[in-house]
Amino acid sequence: MNPVTKRPESLVDIPTHYCPGCGHSVVHRLIAETMDELDIRKRTICIAPVGCAVFADKYFNCDAIQGAHGRGPAIATGLKRSRPDTIVFSYQGDGDLASIGMAEIVHAAARGENITVIFINNTIYGMTGGQMAPTTLVGQVATTAPKGRNEKLQGNPINVSEMLSQLKSAKYIERVSVDTPQNVMKAKKAIKKAFQNQIDGVGFSFIEVLSICPTNWGVEPLKALEFLRTKMMTQYPLGVFKDEGKKEEGK
Amino acid sequence: MAEKELKKGNEALAEGAIRAGCRFFAGYPITPQNEVPEYMSWRQEEVGGAFVQAESEIAAINMIYGAAATGVRAMTSSSSPGVSLKQEGISYMAGADLPCLIVNMMRGGPGLGNIAGAQGDYMQATRGGGNGDYRLIVLAPNSVEELGNFPKLAFELSEKYRVPAMILADGILGQMMEGMSYNFEPVDPKTLPAKPWALGINDGTRAKNMISSYGLAEGELEKMILKRAERYALIERDEVRFEERFTEDAEVVIVAYGISARASMAAVNALRKEGIKVGLLRPITLWPFPTKKIAQLADKCKAMLCAEMSLGQMITDVKLAVNGKIPVHLYAKPGAFFPIAEDIETAVKSILTGKKDFLFNLSDLAEKADNTCHKPENKICKEGTLL
Amino acid sequence: MYQGVRIAGFGGQGVVSAGVLLAQAGLVEGKAVSWFPSYGPEMRGGTANCSVVISDTEVSTPVVCVPDTAIVMNEPSLPKFEPMLKSGGLLIINSSLIKTKPARKDIKVIYVPCNEIAEKVGSLRTATLVALGAFAGATGAVSLDAIENAMKKVFKRAKPEMIALNRKALEEGAALKAQ
Repeated sequence: MNPVTKRPESLVDIPTHYCPGCGHSVVHRLIAETMDELDIRKRTICIAPVGCAVFADKYFNCDAIQGAHGRGPAIATGLKRSRPDTIVFSYQGDGDLASIGMAEIVHAAARGENITVIFINNTIYGMTGGQMAPTTLVGQVATTAPKGRNEKLQGNPINVSEMLSQLKSAKYIERVSVDTPQNVMKAKKAIKKAFQNQIDGVGFSFIEVLSICPTNWGVEPLKALEFLRTKMMTQYPLGVFKDEGKKEEGK
Repeated sequence: MAEKELKKGNEALAEGAIRAGCRFFAGYPITPQNEVPEYMSWRQEEVGGAFVQAESEIAAINMIYGAAATGVRAMTSSSSPGVSLKQEGISYMAGADLPCLIVNMMRGGPGLGNIAGAQGDYMQATRGGGNGDYRLIVLAPNSVEELGNFPKLAFELSEKYRVPAMILADGILGQMMEGMSYNFEPVDPKTLPAKPWALGINDGTRAKNMISSYGLAEGELEKMILKRAERYALIERDEVRFEERFTEDAEVVIVAYGISARASMAAVNALRKEGIKVGLLRPITLWPFPTKKIAQLADKCKAMLCAEMSLGQMITDVKLAVNGKIPVHLYAKPGAFFPIAEDIETAVKSILTGKKDFLFNLSDLAEKADNTCHKPENKICKEGTLL
Repeated sequence: MYQGVRIAGFGGQGVVSAGVLLAQAGLVEGKAVSWFPSYGPEMRGGTANCSVVISDTEVSTPVVCVPDTAIVMNEPSLPKFEPMLKSGGLLIINSSLIKTKPARKDIKVIYVPCNEIAEKVGSLRTATLVALGAFAGATGAVSLDAIENAMKKVFKRAKPEMIALNRKALEEGAALKAQ
């Protein structure tokens, strides 16, 4: 009997530590499938962040490095410039990328580093237990914003994809979601393109993935999905913000 | 020996690193080391290496973390406030057992301080500097020639033990020119032994390589640290380097490193002409520190004088080595003023005559503390003339 | 032989590269040398200075605090560097631009109309070289030949005519005597 589905070769056969309902596992699988399909596993280097995805270095079946909070894009720069023949991707959450690592992501994009960045936006700090993130919605409750994010005190969330798309050297920026099978398939397509771009030397490719965190949001997974669709997608509309995927020589 | 060339310290260092096979450099502008990134910006391109002007010191050190993980000889350079910012990445690299070279052309601190040469980062460099239990191999050159030749030594030691190496110099050494020559042929990085731990292309003949500094399972981190400690022990046993001058019959031994050792040597020469038996011990590795050597000298001499451009940092290590056998005095020149040979002479004489005039003593400062702030008497250089 | 020298003047007078030239000349003659610039905020004020040491034995301190010789090329440098001079030291004054007379009586002074001589030689840009010539002539720390050789190393793209012009400036300066 032919199996309809199997574990991608690019995922190590160990259980992950992610909570039930968490989007990380889905996105891991999409990346791993992409690595298999593009046959790049043997030359891919994964950068694991600080945050819930810290063990991504163990989960992906490729060379991996775990770096300091928010510094993924800087580490990627060092890796890729030293070994241009490798495929380098930085996997980051919203606290990591949009707060402590904002400078690193902006400048890696501005330099047009030929790397792939996967950005998981679930509007909250997960690993540390539900604190307010730079992407937390106004009114959304967090352990450091127990009455909900107050626009007057904590300002408004940061739309990273929109912001980065202003940079000339950023080549491909898309926001996707993993809330429905259709959206998961779209997310896969986007992720695959972000890796293909690197292979083709297109330049900086960035995929923002809207994801749920039932544990720290303190809601049932179904309610969480509803929150994603009704609230998050209002603040963070899905779509392609930039696609200048032309192949360039010598990048 | 090769003909000596007139070279600026920072440029001798940058070229020395290139010659040593450094093929990745990331840095951020800060005085007094700007010639290093400026030189690297065109020279790396010439040799097929990479240069990145990073958006911050933190990004720069993390780029080094990434580059070093691929096995390339990677280097960053900065000056005191910038090196403070780099501590995050340095700690990660120490924890991930990655070799690399970090250069600190020290300037006055704390805070913004000033841009003249200083030695106020001794503790930061020799104790690790960032979070956690770790050490750096710390080399302290005292000439443009050593600045040019130490990058190779630093990379070799760093790779041998998988411990990050630091060259701890100062703004004077970085900015000055003098005659120098390289004592080694340029290293072709392709001829260096492969690093089996490095990230890159996996042709299927090895398991996946992972570089990280974490050990979250119970007991895992302790095991990692103890394993690393074995290498630290080997370094302390086998890699101590120092220079000795006139210590054989010395009654007073001056201990000084870097540019302070040069002023101290001038004092030794002058005092020897007067028949005063004084010598110099110059630690070249600040970690590992020449503890044993100093302990041996403490058995022979009457006293030691630590001459440093800081408020008494290295003296801590000298006192630990001396272990109470003889008095250890301090000539301190904090705030980025150059140590004055004549003052060091007076300090040595004070030790021999028992007068305290020129010795720096924190408890004396307490007595004066009800006056305004303390300004060390400076006979030769008046404030402000050094820049 | 030991000569600790301070050279000071306006940015653009070439005092910093004159220092490099002097150090290079010392190296050509097999001496131990050092050069140390003023840098940072002080440079932004329009004046520049550097320290040069030329010595038979190893140079201990590259920062010259008590110069054997001070070469001052502009008015603001005189009050700054005259007091630092060693007793019995040599002060070389660019008398084209400095009208003030030094106050100290325990030093030797050479007044060098650097700008006038330079213009006579053919280029105002050689003014600082006139002063270097005066230094070489008075101290013998380096020879004019050594300075000329040094020029070829320091200014690699200098045309032979320019070297010849500079040599002339050196000679004019070397002919001047201390007062």
